[in-house]
Amino acid sequence: MVDRRTLLKASAQLTLLAPFAHIAHAVANPDARFVLVILRGGLDGLAAVPPYGEPQYRNLRGSLALDSPGNGGGAVLKLDGLFGLHPALTNLHAMYGAGELSVLHAVATPYRERSHFDGQKVLEAGLDSPATSAGGWLNRALAELAKTGDARDAIALAESVPLVLRGDFAVDAWAPSRLPGTDDDTLARVRALYETTDPKLARRLSDALAARELAGDAGLGGRIGGGGRGGGAQLAPLATAAARFLASADGPRIAVIDVGGWDTHANQGAGQGALALRLRGLDSGLQTLKTELGPVWGDTSMLVVTEFGRTVAVNGTRGTDHGTAGCAFLAGGAVNGGRVIADWPGLASRDLHEGRDLRATTDLRAVFKGVLAERFRLAESALGRAVFPGSEAVQALTSL
Amino acid sequence: MLTERAAIAANRFGLGARPGDAERISGDPAGWLADQIEAAAGGAPEPKRPPESAAVLQEIRDLRLARAVAAQARTRFRSDQPPAETASASAEEPQIDAEAIRDYAAFIRERYVAQVAERHRRAITTEAPFVERLVHFWSNHFAVSADKQPIGAIAGLYEEEAIRPRVTGNFLDLLTAAERHPAMILYLDNQASMGASSTAARTLRRNRDVALGQNENLAREILELHTLGVAGGYTQTDVTEFAKVLTGWSIGGQLGQGAALSPRLARALAPGNGGDPGEFHFRAAMHEPGDKTILGKRYTERGIDEGEAVLEDLALHPATAKHLATKLARHLVADEPPAALVERLAATYLDNGGELVPVYRTLVESPESWREPLAKYKTPQDLVISTYRALDETPESLERATGFLTQLGQRPYTPGSPAGWPDTAAHWDSGDALLKRIEWAAAIGRAAGNRIDPVPLAEAILGAVADEHTIASIARAESGGQALGLLLAAPEFQRR
Repeated sequence: MVDRRTLLKASAQLTLLAPFAHIAHAVANPDARFVLVILRGGLDGLAAVPPYGEPQYRNLRGSLALDSPGNGGGAVLKLDGLFGLHPALTNLHAMYGAGELSVLHAVATPYRERSHFDGQKVLEAGLDSPATSAGGWLNRALAELAKTGDARDAIALAESVPLVLRGDFAVDAWAPSRLPGTDDDTLARVRALYETTDPKLARRLSDALAARELAGDAGLGGRIGGGGRGGGAQLAPLATAAARFLASADGPRIAVIDVGGWDTHANQGAGQGALALRLRGLDSGLQTLKTELGPVWGDTSMLVVTEFGRTVAVNGTRGTDHGTAGCAFLAGGAVNGGRVIADWPGLASRDLHEGRDLRATTDLRAVFKGVLAERFRLAESALGRAVFPGSEAVQALTSL
Repeated sequence: MLTERAAIAANRFGLGARPGDAERISGDPAGWLADQIEAAAGGAPEPKRPPESAAVLQEIRDLRLARAVAAQARTRFRSDQPPAETASASAEEPQIDAEAIRDYAAFIRERYVAQVAERHRRAITTEAPFVERLVHFWSNHFAVSADKQPIGAIAGLYEEEAIRPRVTGNFLDLLTAAERHPAMILYLDNQASMGASSTAARTLRRNRDVALGQNENLAREILELHTLGVAGGYTQTDVTEFAKVLTGWSIGGQLGQGAALSPRLARALAPGNGGDPGEFHFRAAMHEPGDKTILGKRYTERGIDEGEAVLEDLALHPATAKHLATKLARHLVADEPPAALVERLAATYLDNGGELVPVYRTLVESPESWREPLAKYKTPQDLVISTYRALDETPESLERATGFLTQLGQRPYTPGSPAGWPDTAAHWDSGDALLKRIEWAAAIGRAAGNRIDPVPLAEAILGAVADEHTIASIARAESGGQALGLLLAAPEFQRR
């Protein structure tokens, strides 16, 4: 029997022979893995990636400022002379040292208001307004790929498919179950009933059964707890599940994980505290992914993004309010890392957006486009038109 | 058997049909809904004074104090031990430490479990399920989350005290009660929000103390979620100005950590600025003085009345009417509600000065409400409540139900964001969730065994909307338990 991967490889070779110019560069690595991690609530980019070398940093951040590198356990982990990582991000720091992590800063979606919900819609829809009817950019990217004969499965590690993966291209969602199983006979009867009376539910059920079979093969049944919307600590089990799906020979190649709890309006903490705890959860979750992916880590790119950054100044309740630009992380064995990618706007008050937020100098869609172009060889024309409509002016980042 | 209109009334507007609803409803489904609203509007119960949430918050304050004292005692005890003996000496640590810490968590958990149980009991047994659905709807519109301590202990009380008495009144009263309730103040961090030029801030600065500042969370969510809606035409400046208006909207009492502020701040505010413990209290000393301008209108300095005046203008703003009409229609008619219906509801709202009963009446009288019998996909919460209503029984323990709701991402009172639970199928209808819903149905069926005669039950609760294949599948099941599982898993029961 020919398995699906062999087929994919074969079709990739076929396309090389095809006499169509636009496919000439369609030699994407068929084993490439892509994980998108969405941090819901607005991660404080200046806390996760503090610009400790900025003359204004300490003064502006007040009680939230971290100590400069080399000043004990709560100090910033140095990246370069300007930027460091929050002390909770020790595993990410090691990846950076190993050339497996690029840190992006002063990045934002085109959204310039401050609503979480609209901010997330813009982030996930990949448009410049919070419209949801066209589904999500990752789904459109997968649909475009499928058109070139390179269909790749995707899964959301969540109870429900997040907007970024919603759309015409069929994807799975999976989250751990703790309910007792249903006997096969009852399940077969329900399935038959849906097939007769409700095609939509029938499709959902058949996708779910396929995903569960795969998870069962990977030994995940019932072992994992927690939904996708809790805190950073809940990332680890979802990361384990994602890694097992991605590492499996017939499994999906794209996964989306979302984690809430980043909306730190009050008592955010600095080296210790609420946000430090979340960041530690994120750090260990990403490390878990690396460990569990084993040999396929080398084919993997993980992108960690959030809907917006937070105010530069500390608010009245020792937290930060909704802001504009923030940071993002691109990690993985396939990443050209060890770099901070930032067109840094500075923190002087004249440099801030509306006098309060870090100004955005890089459109997140440039990052998304860069990853899709380099990992999946999606053509620039497809990216500008179909995947991110209206983004022709946004140049993809390169050498990611 | 339930007619199609009766099934829509019971399952979509209500919380799920119960056996016997055919006799109760089929004669006049719209009248059955309207009567519930009229009855509720006529006999809204007087809220209890003082509210129970105030007593709970007081107790939380005491427990937090005990916990802090205990933690301090333990730290001191440990640091007094020579390092080498720490391990052997730990057994002699004062036991009260651990107890005080446990007490606090247990207190919150017990209140939460009791309030959730009461909410379910009411929803399962009520004879006015349309009113109960509206209570749930507005409680979700003005969402607070038990994920944030100590709101778990008062989330249900918030619904009873702020929401329930006002769902058939004027929206302004509902809005005001929700924003003033300590659960909302705590959830959106307003208790310590202080104007930069307020007397309290100036006192703190004079004493070289850390001055707090204002927090714009409550102001933003009122504009974005509770009134105008995100496209309602306000700017960041409006948010900041409104946050100034709301500085001082706090919680009363001798301020321990429990209800709000640091002892230092308490000293700056004292004396004579305490208010009723655990209840809404306007702290004039924290209020930012001066006039403020919101949505182009100038509000002169009037202390707490400023906030009331802004809420009044927001409540009657056309954007608010549109936002509320859209949400109501989405909840009760379709994920993408017909534009004509939304316009009609918004117009009714404005014509009646924000009175809600005429809006509900318009909804019930609109033909769009009766067109698609199964337009809405049930949320996990809808599914649980309608299951027990179909069985006509309140479970002795809610453990199974809350376990299921947690699995499906809808643990009671924890929407995870101030936007509340999403109200569209896209959020709830993943394949994995569907599989768990089928497992829930099958487990309930197994538990009921052959106790229930499933075909008559299907006719009683799905009535005319049941597909013949569904009835046939139930009739052909290998056991009564399996038949009930199939009924509860059927598309006609998964939708409403």
